[in-house]
Amino acid sequence: MHLLRKSMPLVVLAAVTVTLIVLGGCPPAPEPDAGGEIIPPPGEGAETPGATLEGEPIKIGGIFDITGPASSLGVPERNTAQMLEDQINEEGGVNGRPIEIVIRDTKGDETQGINAVRELIDKENVVAIVGPSRSGTTLGIIDTVTNAEIPLVSCAASRKITEPTKKWVFSTPQSDTDAVAKIYEYLSNEGITKVALLTASSGYGISGLEQLQAQAPDAGLEIVAEEQFADTDTDMNPQLTRIRGTDAEVVIVWGVGKAPALIARQMKQLGIEAQLIQSHGVANRDFINNAGDAAEGVILPAGKLLVAEQLPDDDPQKELLLEYASDYEERFGERADTFGGHCWDAVMLVVNAIRENGPTPAEIREGIENTTGFHGIGGEFNFSEDAHYGLSPDAFVMVRIEDGDWTLIE
Amino acid sequence: MAARERPHTDEAIVPNEAERHAARRRAEKLQIVAFFGIMALVPFGIGNDYYLHILIYIGLHLILATGLNLLMGYAGQVSLGHAAFYGIGAYASGILTATYGWNPWLAMLAALLLTCVVAWLVGKPTLRLRGHYLAMATLGVGIIVAVVIRQWTDLTGGSAGLTGIPSMTFFGHELTSDQDLQYYYFVWAWAAALTVLFANLVASRPGRALRALHDSELAAQVLGVDTAGFKVRAFVISAAYASIAGTLYAHSSMRFLSPTPFGFHTSIALLVMVVLGGQGTLWGPVLGAFTITLIEETLRPYADYDIIVYGLLLMVLMIVMPGGVSRALGSLIDLVRGWVPALRGGDEP
Amino acid sequence: MDITAVQVWQFILSGLTTGSIYALIALGFSLVYNATGVINFAQGEFVMLGGMITAASMEAWELPLWAAALVAIVLTTLIGLILDRAAIRPARHASVVVLIIITVGASIFIRGVAGIIWGPDERPLTAFSGEAPITIWGGTITPQSLWVIGTTLVVAIAMWLIFEYTVAGKAMRACAINAHAAQLCGIELSRMISWSFGLAAGVGAIAGIVLAPITMTQYNIGTMLGLKGFCAAILGGLGNGLGGIAGGLLLGVLEALGAGLISSQYKDAIAFVVLIVVLLIKPSGLLGGEEAEG
Repeated sequence: MHLLRKSMPLVVLAAVTVTLIVLGGCPPAPEPDAGGEIIPPPGEGAETPGATLEGEPIKIGGIFDITGPASSLGVPERNTAQMLEDQINEEGGVNGRPIEIVIRDTKGDETQGINAVRELIDKENVVAIVGPSRSGTTLGIIDTVTNAEIPLVSCAASRKITEPTKKWVFSTPQSDTDAVAKIYEYLSNEGITKVALLTASSGYGISGLEQLQAQAPDAGLEIVAEEQFADTDTDMNPQLTRIRGTDAEVVIVWGVGKAPALIARQMKQLGIEAQLIQSHGVANRDFINNAGDAAEGVILPAGKLLVAEQLPDDDPQKELLLEYASDYEERFGERADTFGGHCWDAVMLVVNAIRENGPTPAEIREGIENTTGFHGIGGEFNFSEDAHYGLSPDAFVMVRIEDGDWTLIE
Repeated sequence: MAARERPHTDEAIVPNEAERHAARRRAEKLQIVAFFGIMALVPFGIGNDYYLHILIYIGLHLILATGLNLLMGYAGQVSLGHAAFYGIGAYASGILTATYGWNPWLAMLAALLLTCVVAWLVGKPTLRLRGHYLAMATLGVGIIVAVVIRQWTDLTGGSAGLTGIPSMTFFGHELTSDQDLQYYYFVWAWAAALTVLFANLVASRPGRALRALHDSELAAQVLGVDTAGFKVRAFVISAAYASIAGTLYAHSSMRFLSPTPFGFHTSIALLVMVVLGGQGTLWGPVLGAFTITLIEETLRPYADYDIIVYGLLLMVLMIVMPGGVSRALGSLIDLVRGWVPALRGGDEP
Repeated sequence: MDITAVQVWQFILSGLTTGSIYALIALGFSLVYNATGVINFAQGEFVMLGGMITAASMEAWELPLWAAALVAIVLTTLIGLILDRAAIRPARHASVVVLIIITVGASIFIRGVAGIIWGPDERPLTAFSGEAPITIWGGTITPQSLWVIGTTLVVAIAMWLIFEYTVAGKAMRACAINAHAAQLCGIELSRMISWSFGLAAGVGAIAGIVLAPITMTQYNIGTMLGLKGFCAAILGGLGNGLGGIAGGLLLGVLEALGAGLISSQYKDAIAFVVLIVVLLIKPSGLLGGEEAEG
């Protein structure tokens, strides 16, 4: 035993040494010069074997919830980022230089998220970051990107991300505020007055609930029931049974993943007649697959991607939407969805800013902030110094699910 | 007492034992000074802020694992819900400073008290349970606390998170989120202080009683050790360690809290740090904190595959080294010593 | 919103469905625990595998439901056997906590591989006999729920028959009571352990298959189901098959009542509060023996 104890400090010292070798052995990162990007002298890039593009790649960080509870958001976002990287480089890169999107997984955990961001900023020296997928993982890194002065274009929707406006932070998804406004506008046109709310206890659900409550009086709506569910819940009967006991004309469900589909099914099984309205969080193919027959007749606000083919030909987004949808399906064998679209917008806003303004973090930030009239997957983006959320309620259309597909409601 | 004559041989052993104990304590002190001395120099040796940032989290994990080690390695009790106390510490300081504007140090103290009270309330009845039943009860406590954090949205912000946590202050100086180096020293100073406290606790009379508890509860009882009381005390102290780590987490460069980092998988990760490193040793959990954090960091670029490798590593490492890395390395070194005569010299009579 | 008797009845009906699943998972925990003294934290992953393999093989090979279900049960049983051989057996004599970590590692590993193979999306499975709800005394229940409850009953009876009347079952029971004595009587312990793992995995897969049409299935559903099943097993008394089933049903009903009558937000917490209270009153679970030794 005493032999063993004697060797303990040796062991710990060995471990620390190994750690230090691992940590210190990596070549010291080049000092971020005028914002972190090293521009090689002309001609040096030509040494890159086989590459038609000249120069060091421009590194953009991509951080998504690839595994963990929000993986159904993170995976299409990751896929889109990889697809864009290849497409952009095939088409000649950005200002003659290739781009490289360095992708990291947050596992849906805030601690992992901040560690990943630090790795991207300090070790990979990225000039901008797209993602993360969720509001929580985004809010956890705002201080970090602000201190490092690296622009962040989040794929998460919470209002807290861009309100109040933060110098280095932008977001691409359509906001809850706009989604609720669109739904309530539809409901008042239909003359509906009594709604029941069934919202997720996730960040997305909480943020939605706040907006649903806040905007109800102005839209002349009375909330007759407020229930919650967890994303992992599989039995919604208790909540639905309570809603069945009210005189709600409409049930509004706010959540992502499979829970909203289960609610649609179980509502039907319980024989609840009220019209079901879902949020843009289920604007994907999975919802229709998962809810099956119960999806029929469900109404939701959605980005235009879902109904791209039904848009009038003069819609400025139409061509882009169809192209993204077919590229994505060709490469990954799955339909493109809204979440991948958020990532498309985030990456292209960064790329666009580099093209227009330059490849340093400060130039990219300024470039994004000055972007107006940019047609992306989510809608038309107009940023300014005090609007880092670039969309308007017009980014949404109301759709109804009919015959297993979305139909535009005029 | 004087009337009781001890046999001659015993008298020869007792001072010897005490001497050995004292020698071990001296060696331990030296090791602690050497280790934290090295850690104090580390920032000068690494060229990248990312590593400094990771080392801050390793420091937090070290505090957590050392606390849990007291419960597992010395009191012999399992906890599958230790992240709960980490979460209570983090959220109590977060809420008191962000929502109610308290001074961070005052909040830290309040969080510590709250955690201790909760731990005592939980530990007092549940530590009567044994084996899997205790495991289940602690797991349950962990899940209950996680659910409360997630659902009590008015207080905690729920899944949307708690924002606006101010920076830690140190004698009027603010440890702002862009000052990694300062926060590194702050966290590691805590880690050093808590390690010293741990070493003292373990070497104290109650500490040795705990050790007896770990070896055989019945024997300890027969010897008149208040086993139940010691278990509860060990539980509360280990929760207090977690609470301090939680406060340090809340005021780290994230300055944002959300429920995810305080869930089941963190409890498991802490358990792994202690067991993989080697429970019941001073340095095992330290090794565990380094190993697990570095494994997670190294695997991150392999997005989808990282959890597969992580799961596989857990299985393989625990099968190969059920006593923990430190013990395995220890016996490896012994083995090498056995083979190399030059090294053997000192040990042979 | 007054709570009516019909509503309470509805909560109980839906609780019985969920509870049946917990009961099946608890049964799996008990089987492995009895044979090895190990709490297999990968039990939830067997449930996931049952559902996912069924859904995937129906999709990929266009198998009919029964064939896909059979494939799923056989494959999951095999995985259970491999898990025993590769991970549990080499560490048989390790401490409780080391075995917990090994099975948690196994569950992370299985989940990770499933995520790679099948991606993150949920997979729906069509209900076995339609979705038209049946009304019983004012409460509604789906045919699939009846499938779940019925399957649990059948599995429970089958288990009872196996353990009561077959030689292998009796041998497994003997090993559970006293492994050493059983070995002296010529029972091969390692084979009995394999059978226990195989059975546990198979039962888990069955649970996953009948559950899938109700909740859909996804690569990561195993963790929470596993924890709830563990909770049910402890509630009923670890190692006691009947206790596990009672514990599962009780847990399901209490959860549904808690969500319906108290708060849907704190549903998961209610289950564990009940569990801890029960343990404090009766430290070995509802139907457990005198010794609460793990």
